[in-house]
Amino acid sequence: MEILYAVIDVLLPFEWTEFNFMKNAFIAVLLITPLFGLVGTMIVNNRMSFFSDALGHSALTGIAIGVLMGVDNYMLSMLGFALLFAVAISAVIGSGVSSTDTIIGVFSSTGLALGVVLLSASGGFAKYSGYLIGDILTVQPEEIALLAVLLLAVLLVWGLFFNRFLVASVNADLAASKNIREGAVQKVFVILVAVLVTVSIKWVGVLIINSLLVLPAASARNVARGMRSYHAWSVCISMFSGVTGLILSYYLGTAAGGTIVLVAAVIFAVTFLLGFLSGRRRAS
Amino acid sequence: MTEQHQHVCGEDCSNCAAAGCNCVDCKCSVRIRDLGVKKKDGVILYDVNLNVRHGEIMALIGRNGAGKTTLLKALLGRIPYTGEIQFTSHKGERVEKPRIGYAPQNLVFDHSSPMSVGDLLCANLSPFPVWLGQRKKQRERAAAMLERAGARAELLDKKLGNLSGGELQRVLLAFALEPMPDLLLLDEPVSAVDRRGIEVFYELVCALRVRYHMPVILVSHDLTHVLKYATSAALLDRTILVSGEVSEVMASREVRETFGLPAPEERRD
Repeated sequence: MEILYAVIDVLLPFEWTEFNFMKNAFIAVLLITPLFGLVGTMIVNNRMSFFSDALGHSALTGIAIGVLMGVDNYMLSMLGFALLFAVAISAVIGSGVSSTDTIIGVFSSTGLALGVVLLSASGGFAKYSGYLIGDILTVQPEEIALLAVLLLAVLLVWGLFFNRFLVASVNADLAASKNIREGAVQKVFVILVAVLVTVSIKWVGVLIINSLLVLPAASARNVARGMRSYHAWSVCISMFSGVTGLILSYYLGTAAGGTIVLVAAVIFAVTFLLGFLSGRRRAS
Repeated sequence: MTEQHQHVCGEDCSNCAAAGCNCVDCKCSVRIRDLGVKKKDGVILYDVNLNVRHGEIMALIGRNGAGKTTLLKALLGRIPYTGEIQFTSHKGERVEKPRIGYAPQNLVFDHSSPMSVGDLLCANLSPFPVWLGQRKKQRERAAAMLERAGARAELLDKKLGNLSGGELQRVLLAFALEPMPDLLLLDEPVSAVDRRGIEVFYELVCALRVRYHMPVILVSHDLTHVLKYATSAALLDRTILVSGEVSEVMASREVRETFGLPAPEERRD
């Protein structure tokens, strides 16, 4: 860690890097944002943005369960509940009774409300309200190591399974003809998203996490022409918003998460215009 | 292609008569035995028995809701069914995990997705993740696949969502033909493709039959095309009502009744 700090001191001799918590936050952003950029591409492609949002909301219930069980680290209870939640959503969607967005909406609000009720019953919600917007500035060195491991794991999954994710995302019948089971692929992906959301929720927050997953990929779609440029744009936009947002939040004295999202939203607007204009030029 | 001549159905055998190749011996086939599909709202398919052999283009016809799509989904292994579907290789051995080429008519997909034709084809060719790029070797193979399916190689860099109906049909055909399938499932292009495009599509399918000899099941909605291009036909209405050689099936009472065709005597004038 000391080496990394020294590197940052040499490369970025600015006021905002003077504090260790800012250095930690900076490293964490450099690890989290490519993760979100990568995974976001497929969340947007699979039209799962509501789903990841619901997973984020379920984290609150996961924390509450952890509190009730008396554990200090809520990671496991969050992860357990998020996976249960994901399985339950898939099962109800699979039954074909109601439309997907309705089902996810129901689960999402239930997850949030249950979390709020349980937490307020066990000693006041205010103590946990930090989870709503998260705080990247509280990230600890050992947690940074965890993020690094997560980034490697996601890169591995993306390396091994991406082509199957891609074919399955086009059309389930088409995937079936190549012996790709869309259901199984979907499960791997859902687990991945659940892990990602759970691990990073503490620093990114229930209300913000989905914006970070969706915005970079959504912006990238406006300008990308193929899968490689889609991923490159998404990761770059995600990292750029992360770093810019973090620095801006330091000088403006604003919350880092929200500032990062705002930067990403501005980039979306710009790419939307670019995509719109180039689309019109091609059409004319 | 003749030098390492292991006879594989699907290989180009046009030059191998001299090498003693006998394509007619190929035993690849699909046998459907007593297939049934039940859903909550009742029986969709029952007692479906069908054989499709090497080099045969079987037209699957029937009214809307007769279960054609359900049968395709069962063949793809997408829905549970009773009964048996047996795939046999060119050597006459049973194929447990058949490779099925499927070119659907109305592919439901996200047209705004930034996925190029090359991405789709290369993702099918190797496990090398396409988000890191398309390797040169795979791109060349993908270009050859496109040409085999009657499409231009320039389509590789076009977005899947920006293709015309006819282009998409060919890209899907190229996708379906790699790896060479044990069964080719086709949907007749109707909505998005113009009349000339449909004929080009059929000519292509017939050329593929001559060249690669795999069994083909074709869902068709146009009886004139069936007569012109299919070698056999099966009329489906929750079960197979009649099947066999295409002219016999088309002349059968069941087909005439289903499609409200005039009796043969009336048709003469």
